[in-house]
Amino acid sequence: MIEKKEMLIFEQSKPGRIAYSLPDNDVETYDLAAELPEHLSRKVAAELPEVSELQLMRHYTALANKNFGIETGFYPLGSCTMKYNPKINEDVARYDGFTAIHPLQAPETVQGALQLLYELQEDLKQVTGMDEICLQPAAGAQGEWAGLLVFKAYHAANGEGAQRRTILVPDSAHGTNPASAAVAGYDVVEIKSNENGTVGVEALKSALGPDTAGLMLTNPNTLGLFEIDIVEIAEIVHEAGGLLYYDGANANAILGKSTPGEMGFDVVHLNLHKSFSTPHGGGGPGSGPIGVKSFLTPFLPNPRIEKKEAQFVLNNDYPQSIGRVKGYFGNFGVNVRAYAYIRSMGAQGLQKVSEYAVLHANYLKARLADAYDTPFKQHCKHEFVLSGLRQKKQGVRTLDIAKRLLDYGFYAPTVYFPLIVEECIMIEPTDTEAKETLDEFADAMIAIAKEVEEQPDLLHNAPTTQSVRRLDEVIAARKPKVVYQK
Amino acid sequence: MMTKQHRYLPTTDQDQKEMLKTIGVESISDLFSDIPVSTRATNDKSIDLPDPLSEYELTKHMKKLADQNKTATTFPFFLGAGTYDHFIPSVVNHVTLKSEFMTAYTPYQPEASQGELQALFEFQTMICALTGMDVSNSSLYDGFTSLGEACNLATSVTKNNTVLMSAGIHPQAKEVVRTYAYGMEYKIKEVPLNKDITDISQLKTALSEDTAAVIVQYPNFLGSVEDLAEIKETLKDTKALLIVVANPLALAKLEAPGNLGADIVVGDMQPLGLSMSFGGPHCGYFTVTSKYMRKIPSRIVGETVDIEGKRGFVMTLQTREQHIRREKATSNMSSNQALNALASAVFMTALGKEGVQEMAQQNINKAHFLAKKLKQSGMDIWNEKAYFNEFVIECAKSVSAINQGLLEKGFIGGYDVSEIVDRPNAMLLCATEKRTREEIISFVEALVEVNQA
Repeated sequence: MIEKKEMLIFEQSKPGRIAYSLPDNDVETYDLAAELPEHLSRKVAAELPEVSELQLMRHYTALANKNFGIETGFYPLGSCTMKYNPKINEDVARYDGFTAIHPLQAPETVQGALQLLYELQEDLKQVTGMDEICLQPAAGAQGEWAGLLVFKAYHAANGEGAQRRTILVPDSAHGTNPASAAVAGYDVVEIKSNENGTVGVEALKSALGPDTAGLMLTNPNTLGLFEIDIVEIAEIVHEAGGLLYYDGANANAILGKSTPGEMGFDVVHLNLHKSFSTPHGGGGPGSGPIGVKSFLTPFLPNPRIEKKEAQFVLNNDYPQSIGRVKGYFGNFGVNVRAYAYIRSMGAQGLQKVSEYAVLHANYLKARLADAYDTPFKQHCKHEFVLSGLRQKKQGVRTLDIAKRLLDYGFYAPTVYFPLIVEECIMIEPTDTEAKETLDEFADAMIAIAKEVEEQPDLLHNAPTTQSVRRLDEVIAARKPKVVYQK
Repeated sequence: MMTKQHRYLPTTDQDQKEMLKTIGVESISDLFSDIPVSTRATNDKSIDLPDPLSEYELTKHMKKLADQNKTATTFPFFLGAGTYDHFIPSVVNHVTLKSEFMTAYTPYQPEASQGELQALFEFQTMICALTGMDVSNSSLYDGFTSLGEACNLATSVTKNNTVLMSAGIHPQAKEVVRTYAYGMEYKIKEVPLNKDITDISQLKTALSEDTAAVIVQYPNFLGSVEDLAEIKETLKDTKALLIVVANPLALAKLEAPGNLGADIVVGDMQPLGLSMSFGGPHCGYFTVTSKYMRKIPSRIVGETVDIEGKRGFVMTLQTREQHIRREKATSNMSSNQALNALASAVFMTALGKEGVQEMAQQNINKAHFLAKKLKQSGMDIWNEKAYFNEFVIECAKSVSAINQGLLEKGFIGGYDVSEIVDRPNAMLLCATEKRTREEIISFVEALVEVNQA
């Protein structure tokens, strides 16, 4: 087959074509330009594409065909929880009653929407063991930032704002943790993980001081390991006057098994686009609600969604609030999907989710333990890391392994993260994959390990089955072309 | 006890048994034995949620909640104020439902993500075309957070510590900017309005050596068109950047801010293809002049070639980003709103060069027809400057009372801007291309009646 020339939408454009219809103008045409200073009215139209409706659909269908989604195949991306995104949630989220409502309508006219949000807050209190939930943050990183501003406001209210300027972050943390601390105005101190891959109590003790605002922790951490000293960690951070932040990116491992609240955390965020099945959308929209213990509720973003007798109301009357972090009520449409998911699962269903997520991860780890190095021997939670060090010594990089997996019809795991494991390969199989899929993936990984020894060029040249071969990222960054030019 | 398999969970008892055997443990609870006993969920600490619903029960339950909301499908909306009831062609929904787009992650493996990357590259190109700017990222959470990021960028590159914010920007944008400023510890000063646009003489007074940026909205929150060229002129001997928050639909008719001296242009794509959705998810856009390309927050897609020289697309300039730079990143943002950027790109493709102009012109027509009818009924338009699809009127009673009366007559009325314009009973009204002549005429009748009652 001769490959079709792949065109940008702009290259298919022809003046005169359209893919829309609007009702005829039924009022007089108003000449705004006559009223505007001349330099403020537009003279040259924006060069947007001009195509027919079928051309549009063919273009985007061709693009979709060059993209790998969860329904294309297994997506073992560690720390991303690429589970099935239920179809029914897309249907219910598209009900007019949810999409055709305005955020500034009177609360009396949107009681159903407010009830949904209120109930979701209640559900997430249960899941996190926290006393209050705010649904405003748009994603995990924004939740982190909002949560750290809550730390900041709390310390300031205690007269310790100027003193407590440091956030402690383990070296295994997601990059967003230190970045969020920085945009919340904090200095960041990194805590080295111990040989078991967890936060060492001694290392933590020596980092804690009167300047400590708090510690950010992911539990299970990004190595997929449960922080077994969490109770003691919480105690010593609190003794030092600091607070504990729970990065909920890995909450899929603990639903119904434990809660951040029980572990001693003061603020938590959840990624509803991870554990609660809302689609990732190729990088958003997500939703990153935060939860806090009761002593921190005065500082949460405004407004709060509350229940007064049978009515759901908005309350802005929290003068110590950090303010607003995002427009309106957060990513409402995403929250609708997460709510539908929780209603579909129930408490025992969510517990099963975590049990299977953990079972699947340990199973894959056991199956791959001979073919790859496993830096941490203990049982993992919902994800685990391998190291491609053995393969690197044979001249094949972890990146090559990742690209080769694409040829086998799988997406690649997260690679080179966390930074503390050399040639790191981080795998998260999630709860929604069937054993047969896990076996196919394990077989592929084992076959690739064999190829490393016998036919390494298969890896060096991978991928060969995608719409493009390996792409030059260096040129892209050196001479950035970020806009199409004729 | 859960007695049957859940539809989303494929693992059978037999699968479980086989997997446990391979792992070498007796039971699943062995895999959770590392969770300290004191923190484990037990019977009295287990989570309490409503019983699970079947798919059919779920649809009934969700429908019931949805039906309790008064929607733009049933009630003609004259409420805008930053979120608009616009027409969205069917193709937008069909494209965004494609699971290859909808269920994908951030395109970390570009070779398996060319569709997403190309679509975002095209999105960036369309945004640059509308705004007249050199560089666009591939989206941020919403227009307000885009503005907050713009302020962080401006204070970072100018090393100045004060941002001047026109009183004519969206009140929630002001709140978000103040929260950003609380984080990064810079100052915000509000520049008052002179009637319906930013007061230039007050702006001149407020400017200082410490000004990092001036923010204006275009058209502003009251609907009026700010003179960006004049504002830029006042900044000429300062380090201050001009940040413009622009409605992308209005840019079909208003001169591109990039041609009027803007350094950063941000805003929300909601008017172009995104449902109101109770305020989110929408989609922020973020553009800069090429000077600040390497300071831009979040993902940018760039063109490159593969080893055979074929054109392809990758996320680029990643050394700005948190997963590489950690605390030294230009922003903490990881995800953006890729699916909504895609929706918006599909919208801009469907409407195209002609369509966005026609739609913008219809907004101008409808809003000015509404204004004319109100004037004919004896109500004054408060705006003095040219406005796009929104304007302010003064009522005889409180906006909430007016809106209650309008609701009883089957309309959703405007937004209370009394505090912003410092007049009692000031209401911001909007008419988009979706409002028909008949709806506008009956709305005016209803409004006049409620106002006089």
